[in-house]
Amino acid sequence: MNMMVVTRKTEEAAGTVAGDGLTEAVNPMVAFEDVSKRFAAGRTSAEVTALDGVGLTVPRGSVTGIIGRSGAGKSTLIRLVNGLEKPSSGRVVVDGVNIAELDEKKLRDVRRSIGMIFQHFNLLSSRTAFDNIALPLEIAGIDRQTIEKRVTPLLDLVGLSDKRNRYPSELSGGQKQRIGIARALATEPKLLLSDEATSALDPETTRSILALLKTINKELGLTVLLITHEMEVIKTIADHVAVIDGGCIVEQGPTFDVFTGHTHATTRSLLGGLAGLHLPEFLTRQMVEKPEPGLRTILRIIFKGENATEPMLARLGSDLGIEVNIMAGAVDEIAGRPFGMLVVSLLADQEKIIQARSFLADHGLSSEVVGYVR
Amino acid sequence: MSADIFALLVKSTGQTLYMVAVAGLIGSLFGIPLGVFLATSGRGELFPAPSVNKILGLIVNAARSTPFIILVVAIIPFTRMIAGTSIGTTAAIVPLTIATIPFIARLVESAIREVDPGLTEAARAMGASPVQIVFKVLLAEARPGITSALTLTIVSLIGYSAMVGAVGGGGLGDLGIRYGYQRFMPDVMAIVVVVLIVLVQLVQSAGDRLARQFDKRIRPR
Repeated sequence: MNMMVVTRKTEEAAGTVAGDGLTEAVNPMVAFEDVSKRFAAGRTSAEVTALDGVGLTVPRGSVTGIIGRSGAGKSTLIRLVNGLEKPSSGRVVVDGVNIAELDEKKLRDVRRSIGMIFQHFNLLSSRTAFDNIALPLEIAGIDRQTIEKRVTPLLDLVGLSDKRNRYPSELSGGQKQRIGIARALATEPKLLLSDEATSALDPETTRSILALLKTINKELGLTVLLITHEMEVIKTIADHVAVIDGGCIVEQGPTFDVFTGHTHATTRSLLGGLAGLHLPEFLTRQMVEKPEPGLRTILRIIFKGENATEPMLARLGSDLGIEVNIMAGAVDEIAGRPFGMLVVSLLADQEKIIQARSFLADHGLSSEVVGYVR
Repeated sequence: MSADIFALLVKSTGQTLYMVAVAGLIGSLFGIPLGVFLATSGRGELFPAPSVNKILGLIVNAARSTPFIILVVAIIPFTRMIAGTSIGTTAAIVPLTIATIPFIARLVESAIREVDPGLTEAARAMGASPVQIVFKVLLAEARPGITSALTLTIVSLIGYSAMVGAVGGGGLGDLGIRYGYQRFMPDVMAIVVVVLIVLVQLVQSAGDRLARQFDKRIRPR
């Protein structure tokens, strides 16, 4: 049931990415169908459930992010896509093929069409940058001349042509990840899996790696599935997001909708760093839950996209005669669209508050009463 | 030092080198694959065969805990089968090789286990077969460790080879015992010890240099 809602949402989004919305949604790059994964825990017969009834679609051509805390099941989930792990039940369909059904030989062929990058880069220390990128091609049995022809432009693409003969120990973290990306692209995959690829990098390097991933997604039309615990990563490049907690997908859909809807508690707590979601301490300290005459109402106003709030606030005063105080606010950008939040206090009776909120709603601003203060 | 003793010294050094070289070579031929297998045949590893792994592990441990001099005597029938005789330098190579195989196997096993499992995972994700992972990842990445293991093996073999005088194996150790100790010729003993020290030094520094060359993990200065 959850699946159907998701499919409808992704349909619209995929349409904007790659034209024919309907076929995109019917034939996603990756689809998890009621997937569960249990691990034997040590020597006892007890099992640990890593994933529980996961349904997930990764639209073709999208950058889809899966965010969750450590231990939420992200790593297991991404490893099911290229068969490094097998599901205990359910189907993992990649480009129309159920990964769980393949034997080792067929699985190896499929893996060549799925690139993967890692948190700790996983480059061979004994190979130069060039030879690391060449490794998947050697494994595929491609001759040396063709390898040369493929690797050189990849070094160009990631901007490291001058590091061709350097060993990983001579490269910085960001450079290592660029080599990792080039290596993942060597076999010309249709899907790129990113396992916390920027978690070991500083913020600036993270931005440059994310920009590179976005470029690859746009220019090569490569679908990217990434897992991360960093909200920043999702906000910057993911057009679709799934929130995972305790082995279950608790929310998924276009990033902007999920983040600005922020209905689920896990999403909310992960969004912690996002502008204006946390109320300032001085407010929470004196806030009460029940309205009383003489108390000011604290309202959180959320504006998405290009809605302007300021004239609306002014009109609350002029049209409805409500005194508005701005307590906190911030503007952020999610998936390239502005998203902001304003916390205001209103001195008015409950009837006026209801009028104010419907006035805001009429102008495309959603609001929420968070409490009352003196 | 008389010319006779000098000739003996040259001959004994030759015997030691011969025994160490052949036992080291054949030992590596069997020991390295065995080490790779021990490192990759556990539960959930590349070639999962936990029970074979356990049995081989037991045999390796048994062979390694048997004192070398006892091994030499205990396998005399086997030695005769392989070498045609149980006495002499060539015959001595058999127990030396038998002792070397488990020694190398354990060292290679630990060198391979030190390879970051992330690399194996990355190779699997690229579609590498288990055999490709062994050759392109594990052996390539463990090369510095395996080089050190082989160096240590050769040094130990030089020591072990001193004991095969018991079965007429000859070599430097035997010369030291028979001339230096039993015939009260301390100068011979001293020379033997010096030659052994020089040999070990040469092997060790050559091995260290090679291992350093293979090791690209450290930034070259």
